[in-house]
Amino acid sequence: MAECHPVGFQWVMEAKARGATVIHVDPRFTRTSAVADRHVAIRAGSDIAFLGGIVNHILSTDSYFREYVVAYTNAATILRDDFVDVDDLDGVFSGYDPESGTYDTATWQYRGRTSVSAAAGEEEQIRNSGGADGDTGQGGDSQQHGHGSDQGGGRHSGGEDGSQDEASQGARGAGHELGGHGANLGHGQVDRDETLQDPHCVFQVLKRHYARYTPEMVQEVCGVPPEDFLAVCRAVVENSGRERTTAWVYSVGWTHHTVGVQYIRGAAVIQLLLGNMGRPGGGILALRGHASIQGSTDIPTLFNLLPGYLPMPMVQEHGSDSLADYVATIASPQQKGFWTAADAYTVSLLKAYWGDAAQPDNDFCYRYIPKLTGDHGTYQTVMDMLDDTVEGYFLLGQNPAVGSAHGRMQRLAMSHLKWLVVRDLNLIESATFWKDGPEIHTGELRTEDIGTEVFFLPAASHVEKDGTFTQTQRLLQWHHKAVEPPGDCRSDLHFFFHLGRMMRERLARGEDGSGPLERDRPLLDLVWDYPVDEHGEPSADAVLREINGVHLSGDKAGQPLSSYTEMKPDGSTSGGCWIYTGVYADGVNQSQRRKPGQDQSWVAPEWGWAWPSNRRTLYNRASADPQGRPWSERKAYVWWDAEKRTWTGHDVPDFPLDTAPDYRPEPGVGGPKGLAGDDPFIMQGDGKGWLYAPTGLLDGPMPTHYEPQESPVSNGLYRQQANPTRQVFPRPDNPSGPSGDEPGAQVFPYVFTTYRLTEHHTAGGMSRWLPYLSELQPAFFCEVSPALAAERGLENGGWATIVSARTAIEARVLVTERMVPLRVNGRTVHQVGLPYHWGVGSDALTTGDSANDLFGVTLDPNVHIQETKVATCDVRAGRRPTGADLLALVAEYQRRAGITLATGNQQRTPVGDQPSPLTGS
Amino acid sequence: MALQDIRRTFLSWPVVRQLTGSDPTGRGAAVVSDHTRAVTARTETADRVVQSICPYCAVGCGQRVYVKDEKVVQIEGDHDSPISRGRLCPKGSASEQLVNNPGRQIKILYRRPYGTEWESLDLDTAMQMITERVLDTRARTWQATDDQGRDVNRTLGIAGLGGATLDNEENYLIKKIFTAMGAIQIENQARI
Ligand code: SF4
Repeated sequence: MAECHPVGFQWVMEAKARGATVIHVDPRFTRTSAVADRHVAIRAGSDIAFLGGIVNHILSTDSYFREYVVAYTNAATILRDDFVDVDDLDGVFSGYDPESGTYDTATWQYRGRTSVSAAAGEEEQIRNSGGADGDTGQGGDSQQHGHGSDQGGGRHSGGEDGSQDEASQGARGAGHELGGHGANLGHGQVDRDETLQDPHCVFQVLKRHYARYTPEMVQEVCGVPPEDFLAVCRAVVENSGRERTTAWVYSVGWTHHTVGVQYIRGAAVIQLLLGNMGRPGGGILALRGHASIQGSTDIPTLFNLLPGYLPMPMVQEHGSDSLADYVATIASPQQKGFWTAADAYTVSLLKAYWGDAAQPDNDFCYRYIPKLTGDHGTYQTVMDMLDDTVEGYFLLGQNPAVGSAHGRMQRLAMSHLKWLVVRDLNLIESATFWKDGPEIHTGELRTEDIGTEVFFLPAASHVEKDGTFTQTQRLLQWHHKAVEPPGDCRSDLHFFFHLGRMMRERLARGEDGSGPLERDRPLLDLVWDYPVDEHGEPSADAVLREINGVHLSGDKAGQPLSSYTEMKPDGSTSGGCWIYTGVYADGVNQSQRRKPGQDQSWVAPEWGWAWPSNRRTLYNRASADPQGRPWSERKAYVWWDAEKRTWTGHDVPDFPLDTAPDYRPEPGVGGPKGLAGDDPFIMQGDGKGWLYAPTGLLDGPMPTHYEPQESPVSNGLYRQQANPTRQVFPRPDNPSGPSGDEPGAQVFPYVFTTYRLTEHHTAGGMSRWLPYLSELQPAFFCEVSPALAAERGLENGGWATIVSARTAIEARVLVTERMVPLRVNGRTVHQVGLPYHWGVGSDALTTGDSANDLFGVTLDPNVHIQETKVATCDVRAGRRPTGADLLALVAEYQRRAGITLATGNQQRTPVGDQPSPLTGS
Repeated sequence: MALQDIRRTFLSWPVVRQLTGSDPTGRGAAVVSDHTRAVTARTETADRVVQSICPYCAVGCGQRVYVKDEKVVQIEGDHDSPISRGRLCPKGSASEQLVNNPGRQIKILYRRPYGTEWESLDLDTAMQMITERVLDTRARTWQATDDQGRDVNRTLGIAGLGGATLDNEENYLIKKIFTAMGAIQIENQARI
């Protein structure tokens, strides 16, 4: 955090000055470690074992926050008795289908429910949810909702061949067809045993699941000595409870894994057991790396979502193409919480999109929305480019030639395009790959043979346009335009507004003057009339008003909505993103508020505007006890004022204001009124925080340790090596190295991991062109320990070549004790650290090989995010070969490792000769 | 030797000023040189100051943008921000160069298919050409139904990547226009 979010880290230091304990768990020793109370070096890719060890410590020492756990989580909920855990199935949960590599999640459900027929609408159906935000839906992340590197997503299964069978139901239910919305539990009634003794209650299942995650197991898997590990456990437990809270902070070090969502779930389980959700100083904080990456998740430039975590409709689920069917997949009217108004949110969005054309008798133009049929994520799309089905590509402030996994695949894919539009501040490598990319140097591509037409359009910088960024804690902050953009530079608002305008003008005329076609109606009926200034720049303020929404009829017609609770499903309101409604409350652009921090309370509610409803901490009802009193004076945040009969406090209460703590709904009541006075997790179908996720995830109801796609060690828990549902792409251009005890694994004996430096920004488009920053970090380098340097003859300041199963790159060597060799499973594991900011090109002030070129494409099944925080490599002294010799070197490594298409790509680990860690035989 | 140097006497030595003046520790007025006195901070002579937000990471530090003669002359941390309290890290501090970097590409560049060099293009022509490309691809790759006859109303011929560095308003228009034209393959850094 000190490296990558330095100014945010000042608050950690403030906390430390007031007595907080700061622990840094990271493969590397960094600027954060330097000021932390303790640095724990961990093997990259082993975090679930570490987190699971803490869960085991909490449960086996009875250190959980019992009152919180019983009242606010699903610990007491009874599960079906046919659920079978991983220890009985050698590493998979019940319901696994080795053919498809997916789960039928029926046995994971709460008792009394089945995941049933597609003839939906019937009760008892737990269709799910959570959208796969690992840290959102289920865990009840108190700080972040709809967190970023984790879009709702999921592998498509079953549906493509039309067989909508039972087995595919769970997968589809959790898949990319769903957004970040809460659990559709049918209704909120569940069987509970508040003594937590029933052998099938979540609490007991959790206890059994984590019993094997002992300090010794943590040492074996993570390379963390028991004394260090127990010190962490003690610190976390001692700093949780009524008087104290613990926060977990992570970045993409957690999401860049084939089990990324489950990492965050692991933290959620700990935080719920210790009562750290919804409370000040608690939560799980995702530190996001781009100015508005949270905003681009909320108002998604993502294939599987519509604004506000509404799902993009899937053809399988919504074959009848009716709005009612679509809404029914999001929430049932009997479930608890605010998702029951999904119809109002959807209709308001459709009114914002299609205005007067959207009417009740045409389902508000719902059919205008194009339909998904599977995974259309960025990696799938890149492979489709290689198959020549994608003709055109817009790159909008993003540099996939450097920033995405498997740079070679990215660049080759772009060479297949008919046209490419790059909008950026600088001439990034993705714009110039056709003349100076690595494949030109190896001879794989020749400039004269590349048919891609490239348009480079310079972009306006942040001071040359108005608009809002949503920062990492969901805060919208307006930035004012200071000057006009120079030359041809324009904002993306300008570009897309005029592109849309020009397309509409041409389509209105028709191709040959014959008038528009049916397929053009969605474009022609679109509300696209934003006011422009004298430079043709559309008004960002007008767009923000549309996002906020307005009353369309009645006495308030024309006035901005003040809350999403005002949205109606009858077409009388519009609003482009329901969770942002309120940013224009009272007709005031609330994101422009700048009351100085020193002039307001510590919550600073009058600086910018946080979604939803300007709440700064989500699920903050949990900051009070079941009776509505603060858990302690020290940690008071939101509480029930019995006299005024309302919730109140330092923040905007995240609960229906007049629902008393002792309120209990009649059975069958759904929506906000269905929330009992002690159901703080208001977006969950049962109002509780989920220690165990019966639905919503494709790879298991509880986090369980799997090794990365490439790992030098075998899984110490069972024979199943890696996530059995990970999304693999067995293609000749995407080879993986062998792992563990497989023959050939010793060819790539080291682990490498990637990270950012303080002085650069992601793929470098905003930093490697700046003299100041390029001077501060002038060259690509690798960090290695003195022991590894000795083993491989590397010299500090010299060159090293790092070879993976995909390619070889070169880097300057930094020999440092910041990298610590770990003892794992009786052997030494060396880790190599690589900053990923550099790329091969000729325009930047500093160029170099790209660390992301070393990775292949293997994805988390829930969210389609690639594993780019860990893989295996070899390291050699000296520079890499160039030209065709480079290809020969990589081919030689592949041959020595015996790599075939099957290597690493069998989801269920074949039972070979290896002994099972469970039985020893 | 310049005239002003000859005029210097021992009385103008900083140490004398330090011992005789109001700055005995020598960290203020006593050690200010004539050169420094002659310099005015760019932030003082700016025509206006505009509040902004750092464009790099998602901490969202407040910035103050100093403008003179319609040019950005300096960008500093915003002390009022309860998030950043006036601080900026190396990236945020360098953002003035992001705007004023002499190497910044401010002209449209065009590479024709199989071309070996960039060419130039004016904005209107580029917009016309891109509009044509999008509509042609869309028409050529349009899918009204999938292979089972179910309505999909889309094109898989057009894709987009990016948004995490853009404004909410920009993302909103991008998603809106992509959805209306039936292009579903829009993604950004949040997937990566
Ligand atoms: S100044 Fe640094 S820490 Fe602050 S938002 Fe910018 S990049 Fe992030």
